[in-house]
Amino acid sequence: MASVNLDTAFTYEAPDVRGHFGPYGGAFVPEILIPALEALRQAYAEARQDPAFWEDYAALLREYVGRPTPLTFAPRLSERLGGMRVFLKREDLCHTGAHKINNTVGQILLAQRMGKKRIIAETGAGQHGVATATVCARFGMQCIVYMGAEDVERQRLNVLRMQLLGAEVRPVESGSRTLKDATNEAIRDWVTNVHDTFYLIGSVVGPHPYPMIVRDFQRIIGDEVRQQLAEQLGRETPDALVACVGGGSNAMGLFYPFLTDRCVRMYGVEAAGEGLEGRHAATLSCGRPGILHGALSYLLQDDDGQVLLAHSISAGLDYPGVGPEHAYLKDLGRVTYVTATDAEALEGVQLLARTEGIIPALETAHAIAFLPRLAQELGPDAVVVVNLSGRGDKDMGTIARYLERKCTNNL
Amino acid sequence: MITRLQSMFATLRARREKAMGLFLTGGFPDPESTLELLKVIDEAGADFIELGMPFSDPLAEGVPIQRASERALRHGIRLVDVLHMAEAFRSRSQTPLLLMGYVNPVYRYGMQAFCRDAAQAGVDGLILADLPPEESEALAEAAQEAGLAMVYLIAPNTPSERIQQIDALATGFVYAVSITGLTGSTLQSHEAIEAYLARARQLVTRNPLLVGFGIRSHEDALRLGRHTDGFIVGSALIRLVERLWDDAGLSLVDRLEAVQRFVHELKYGTSVPAS
Repeated sequence: MASVNLDTAFTYEAPDVRGHFGPYGGAFVPEILIPALEALRQAYAEARQDPAFWEDYAALLREYVGRPTPLTFAPRLSERLGGMRVFLKREDLCHTGAHKINNTVGQILLAQRMGKKRIIAETGAGQHGVATATVCARFGMQCIVYMGAEDVERQRLNVLRMQLLGAEVRPVESGSRTLKDATNEAIRDWVTNVHDTFYLIGSVVGPHPYPMIVRDFQRIIGDEVRQQLAEQLGRETPDALVACVGGGSNAMGLFYPFLTDRCVRMYGVEAAGEGLEGRHAATLSCGRPGILHGALSYLLQDDDGQVLLAHSISAGLDYPGVGPEHAYLKDLGRVTYVTATDAEALEGVQLLARTEGIIPALETAHAIAFLPRLAQELGPDAVVVVNLSGRGDKDMGTIARYLERKCTNNL
Repeated sequence: MITRLQSMFATLRARREKAMGLFLTGGFPDPESTLELLKVIDEAGADFIELGMPFSDPLAEGVPIQRASERALRHGIRLVDVLHMAEAFRSRSQTPLLLMGYVNPVYRYGMQAFCRDAAQAGVDGLILADLPPEESEALAEAAQEAGLAMVYLIAPNTPSERIQQIDALATGFVYAVSITGLTGSTLQSHEAIEAYLARARQLVTRNPLLVGFGIRSHEDALRLGRHTDGFIVGSALIRLVERLWDDAGLSLVDRLEAVQRFVHELKYGTSVPAS
C-alpha cells in the first residue's frame, strides 16, 4: 500500500481508458453487456464534448433540482464540537431530498441522447429509486425499479412515492432480499432487454464507464463547495471534507474536485452496523479486493469468495461493495476511511437535529457521528465541510422505533 | 500435446457427430449425488461436462441455476470441494471436464493456484460468465501455464470483428450464447438465432463453435447444432434433477435412470430403455 506524500505534487488522472482506477474498476460483465457498455461509453464521450449537453444538465440542476444548494455554517454544532467550524453542504435541499437526483438528471439526458425509452434501476433505501422515478416521469420514460423485498417493507413510503411517480417497483425475493440482490436482478433484466433498456446506476459502482459517469455528475457538489467557500470565507479549500460512504457517490462528488489539493484532508465514513466484530457494511475498512456487479473493488466476502451480507441501520449503506475509485483512493492513502456504528449514527441524527434544526438521513448521520472524533484531531481553527447527502424523512420509521425502544428501556 | 478436448472434437468430427456438453452445479442437488450424476451423465452420452462452481451472486443465470447454486452453498460446498469432485470424476473417466462459474471465487483462491490445482484435479478448461477477454489477461496466462483451455462467450449482439478477436483468444472452444437473455430462457425467433449462428460459423475459424442457453430437447439441439460443432444443456438438466430429488417417492435408482433417459434422448433422440 502506498501513501501519498502531501509535500509533493499530487496529480490525479483516473480512470484509464479501460476504466481502471489503479488495479480496481474494469468491466467484469457477461459478454451480452459489452456492446451496451461500449455504446454508453461512446455516447458519454460525445456528450462530454458537447456544450449543449452540459447546458441542458446545468439548466435542469438549476430549475428542476434547485441548485446550487447552500453551504450552511452550523454555529451551534461547531460550538458543541469545541469550535471546529463545520459547514454543511445541503444536498438534503435538492428536489427529492438527496444528492441522488444530480446523477439521475445527468443519466436520463444520456438515455435520451441514446434514444432509450425503458429505464431500469435498483435501489436500497429508495432514494435512488425515487430520483430515477422522478426523472423518468419528467422525461416520459418507462421506469422499472428493482428493490429487495426486505427493503420494500422497510421503506414503504419511498415505494409509494415511486409508484405515485409512475414507476413499477419489483420486489426481489432472491438471496438476501436487499440491495445486493436487487442489483443482481437489475443486471439480469439488462442482460435480457439490453436492446432497448438503459440501466441507470445510482452510485459510483458497476462496470466502466458507470463509476466515472456518476462521479462526473456528482462532482457538482464539490465544485459548488469550492466556489461557496471562496465567497463565504475567502478561501477555496477547507481543512477537511467528510462524507458517508456506501457505494460512495456523494463522497466522490464532494472529494473529486479537491483530490489534487494536497492540503485538504478527506474522510469517508462507512457503516459499522452493530460493530466491526458483528454485522456491518464497512467494506473498505474490513473487506478485501474482489469482483461483484461488474467491478473489482473492496468487497465483504468470505475466504471462498462468496459475497457476505452487509448490515446497517441505514438501508442506503447496506451494501457489501463500494465504488472502485474509493478502493484506489484508500490504497493511495489520499482518503481516510473510518466507521460509525448504528448507535453512533442515531446519536448523529439527534446531534444535528438538536443543534441545527436539521434532521439528516441515517446515511448522512454516519458522517455527522464522526465529527466529534475529527474535532479532537483538528482543533478549533479548522474549517470542515460535511456533505449533508440527504434528509431524514424517509428514515423516521426506523428512528422512531429506536427512540421508542430507548425510552421504554429508560422507564 | 493433444488435449482431451481437442481429441474429443476430432473424434466427433470424424464421426460427423455433434458434441453434447452438459452442465451440472457442483454440490447440487447435494454433495454426494453430484458424483453419481456426473457418472450417469457421462455414460448416457455426454461428450464433455461443465461442472458449475457455486457462487452467491450468479448474475447471468436464470432461476434454475440460481437455485442450484444456492442449494449447493447451503450444503457448505466450497471451491475446493468442487475441485475434489473433478478429481474423483477424473479418476474413472476420460471425458473432458470444464469448470464454469464466476470470477470472484477464482480470484479469491488465487488465479495461479487455482489453475494449477484445477489442472492437477484433471480439469481441462475454464468458463467464467463475467470475465470478458479484456479482463482475463492474468487468468489466461495462468491457465496457459497450467495447460487449461480458456473458453470465451459470444452473444447475438457481439459485433463480427469482436467475434473474430474472441476466436483468436479462445483456446478450448467458443461458446455462442443463443439469445440475449439468461440461462434457461425460452428460445424465441428461431430465424434470428440461426442467422446469428450462421454468421458466427463464418467468423469462428480457429476453434470449435458450440451453442448454449435455452436448449431443452433433441429437436432444439438438432436445429441449433446445424451451424455449430455442438451444443450445451444446463438449466433443463438442473430442472429435471431438482424435480426428481424433491420427489420423496423416488429411489436413487429411479432418479438416476430418469436422468440417464433424458441425457440419452437429448443426444440421440431416443430414450434408453429402463433397465
